[in-house]
Amino acid sequence: MRRAVFRNPWLPYALVAPQIAITLVFFFWPAFDSLRLSLYRASPFGDRLIFIGGGNFARLLGDPAYFRSAATSLGFSLVVTVAGLAVALLLASLANAKIRGLALYRTLLLWPYGIAPAVAGVIWLFVFHPSFGVLPYLLSFVTAYQFNWFLKGWVALMLIVIAAIWKQFGYNLAFYLAGLQAIPGSVLEAASVDGAGPIRRFFAITFPLLSPVTFFLFTLNMTFAFFETFGLIHAVTQGGPGDATSILVYRAWKDGFDGLQLGYSAAQSVILMLLVIALTAAQFRYAEKKVTY
Amino acid sequence: MTRSALSVLVAAAVLLTGAPSTSRAATEIQFWHAMTAVLGERVNEIANKFNASQSEYVVKAVHKGSYPETLNAAIAAYRAKQPPHIVQVFEVGTQTMLSSGAVYPVYQLMSDHGVVIDWNDVISPVRGYYSTTGGNLYSMPFNSSTPILYYNKDLFKKAGLPDQAPATWDAIESMAKKLKAAGVKCPFSSAWPSWVLVENMHAYHDQPFADNRNGFDGLATTLKINGPFGVKMMERLARGAKEGWFTYGGRLNKAEALMTAGECGIFTTSSAYIGNLTRASEGKFTWGTGPLPRLAGFPQGNSIIGGATLWVLRGGKPEEYKGVAQFFKYVASTENQAWWAGVTGYLPLTNSAAKAMEASGHYAKNPNQKTAVVQMSAGKTTPNSQGIRLGNFNSVRDAIEEQMENIFSGNKSPKQGLDDAVAKSNDVLKEFAALYR
Amino acid sequence: MGRSSVIAHGILAVSIAVLAFPLYYAFVISTQSLDEVTSLPPKLAPSTHLVQNYADAWTRVGMGRLLLNSTIVALAVALGKIVISLLSAFAIVYFDFRGKQLVFWMIFITLMLPVPVRIVSTYQVVSVLGWIDTYWGLTVPLMASATGTFLFRQYYRTIPDSLAEAAQLDGAGPLRFLWSILLPLSTANIAALFVILFVYGWNDYLWPLMITNSQEMRTAVIGIDALIPRTSQLPEWNVAMAAAMMVLLPPVAIIVAMQRWFVKGLIETEK
Repeated sequence: MRRAVFRNPWLPYALVAPQIAITLVFFFWPAFDSLRLSLYRASPFGDRLIFIGGGNFARLLGDPAYFRSAATSLGFSLVVTVAGLAVALLLASLANAKIRGLALYRTLLLWPYGIAPAVAGVIWLFVFHPSFGVLPYLLSFVTAYQFNWFLKGWVALMLIVIAAIWKQFGYNLAFYLAGLQAIPGSVLEAASVDGAGPIRRFFAITFPLLSPVTFFLFTLNMTFAFFETFGLIHAVTQGGPGDATSILVYRAWKDGFDGLQLGYSAAQSVILMLLVIALTAAQFRYAEKKVTY
Repeated sequence: MTRSALSVLVAAAVLLTGAPSTSRAATEIQFWHAMTAVLGERVNEIANKFNASQSEYVVKAVHKGSYPETLNAAIAAYRAKQPPHIVQVFEVGTQTMLSSGAVYPVYQLMSDHGVVIDWNDVISPVRGYYSTTGGNLYSMPFNSSTPILYYNKDLFKKAGLPDQAPATWDAIESMAKKLKAAGVKCPFSSAWPSWVLVENMHAYHDQPFADNRNGFDGLATTLKINGPFGVKMMERLARGAKEGWFTYGGRLNKAEALMTAGECGIFTTSSAYIGNLTRASEGKFTWGTGPLPRLAGFPQGNSIIGGATLWVLRGGKPEEYKGVAQFFKYVASTENQAWWAGVTGYLPLTNSAAKAMEASGHYAKNPNQKTAVVQMSAGKTTPNSQGIRLGNFNSVRDAIEEQMENIFSGNKSPKQGLDDAVAKSNDVLKEFAALYR
Repeated sequence: MGRSSVIAHGILAVSIAVLAFPLYYAFVISTQSLDEVTSLPPKLAPSTHLVQNYADAWTRVGMGRLLLNSTIVALAVALGKIVISLLSAFAIVYFDFRGKQLVFWMIFITLMLPVPVRIVSTYQVVSVLGWIDTYWGLTVPLMASATGTFLFRQYYRTIPDSLAEAAQLDGAGPLRFLWSILLPLSTANIAALFVILFVYGWNDYLWPLMITNSQEMRTAVIGIDALIPRTSQLPEWNVAMAAAMMVLLPPVAIIVAMQRWFVKGLIETEK
């Protein structure tokens, strides 16, 4: 622990005041309100507020559609994360040579990070458009199958997955490149002298050394896919067809804002809260262990 | 430096947007609506016309997004004690508004301000849908439509079909098959899948949609769409999807994009689509209209009202409500109704207006706009065809459309899909009813 | 080394091409006329209607206003967060005060609950404050987060004590120290945070969607929704793509221009 340097009775409080004020008003107050509202049945205009205890939670946990939504969220997030990281790692490994212009490449790879998921969705919406899009057009030469995402859940999911992976791809690749460049060449040379082939070297040395980066990217991509793809889904599929792309955060928003079932929606927020806490706690624990790595 | 620049920026922004308006001679009335494109322009037009006709009140028509978004905006504003005076709420939100306690009923508003409106002149389907059992109107009818059938004459010619709208589901099936054979991408489709293919089809054939007389006798808690009629309709559509003559185009009115692009041969959607279709098809293709198709073997009912009405929210000032009453009187006048219905394709809301449109030769020049009127007058008013009033109706409709997608994609059998839709909807309805027990 | 270098270049070039293709395609569409958009096979070379489409997109959704709103939100959120978190980190690292641990944990907990999780209730709170559909409502609630505080805290802990001690010996108070010594040292971190937060503020979708109602207050990423061809509108994807291009240009430009700090910032926040 560092030694505190300045002594002042009131200044530190003044310095943290803005952050604490905003945190209290826009974080704690809504969080407690969410907890409170989740125990009620609320009418849209606020004229009726009936206490039902765990009623909303019982309704959620007894609804197979909710578990489907959770499974969709999890599955979607895992696919986006794992596929995204795998491809990025593969390409980064192949590209990891002492080449000039790495900074330039990095720039050219990172820029999709600046595109809002919703905007990425709109672009991909058109690329996939059944009537005018370039992708269905090209695919029509290969197969007569109709890639109609209005009706086929897996097509809609694929569309969202591709748009999400595309958006994150450059970012993942840039990180892996940086991570690979940081691995001392001497370690790998020593291994190759020992007679280990490139694949063996990769799995025995490179991949473990990259695990902090992998872990970091894994958490980041999962969080992104779980929460920030809301814009993507709202702009492109609106949770359909059926409930194929209805992820948890989209459901919570929809039940509150379209369905005007505020207590029910708040209950979903509470469950999401618990999920995030669990995830963050797990991350923190792992990070602590990593420090001694 | 950064900080003061920031505060200057924010202050400038606040001034640009949040500055209280300088005192005006005229009283401002906030009117929040959900109309876009051609219809949005017409709303602005009628507000401007009213503003120009007198100098005491100024109606500010503000587009707030889709119908659900507009409703949410109004609710949020109401909770923040700053509600708009008038909000356009879709028919699906009727029960929510009625139960809310936030509404200033229109019949009361008018009588409180001595504005006389002949409520008996309002066409009976509209009056029946939006009034309480006492026959009093709680909201001001504004844009009412009913679904009708459209067909693309050019595509019909291409498929060798006669220039005539199909009148039965059997006819639709055989014509759609011919269209498909002729290479048409979208032989038959429909917008508003639940509204047209489930809600209206039930009413059109005198079948109940929900219990408690579709919610008119008390809060409904059970749907009845999984009976023999409902299943038969879905079976036909599922078969159509499988055989390729029925193209599903998405929920709500997404499918209209297909008809607008000239891809569909036969299409069912709101009569209000006429305005947009006229503009979009100009110079590209010709089209015609006809009444909704009938399914053989079931009795005659009537199609039901869709669209929206104008609700007045409590929390405003007396002189502002006076202005609202004046605006409503203006909108309800025969002359303005005839104009509004003429340029939008919505139903004329009073019998006088309908007669005026006939007399002026408007229907002779625009025969397509008469289709809806003729369809409604030819129908039979029964307890099942008066309309549907459900709490959380938006969620119910969404639940139905979700299952329709499962049925059309072949994931579920029609009966199973309908049963699941009913189960989910009943759950939602019971939640609402529990609020107001 | 030679051969693997060529392979490396090749792979990176292909990746960049694949990554850029949708954007390139969107750009091409944004230069086409309506007929070209709706005809098959799709053309892959830019056409001549660029000015027309961009002008159309601009006027139809009031793009000027939308971009202004996005700029205000992005700048306010970025600068606001930077200032607030810098001050808090300074206090936490350089002072000892009662309740310090509590303050630290309060700030830390905000990391666990992103906006989507508390949407409905935050909306109620903002509604009670009367901030719906205002700049205040768009920006202030987004400033309640801890990433910046942790970034600065980590960094300040690496600064040698001797600097602060020297300043005290010189008779400088804490604020003087902050202004003259700490701040200049922090510019790299500030720049890094700025990029990340600006992009975040510009692209945020859920929050502005919920709390704005009027078109005048919407931010660009949501405002262009009106241009996406749906339902009864003509399939004017060319105009929609023009709008999309205009909306994604500023954040991408910022990333490209400040990419050195951006990458540093990403790597720093990982720790």
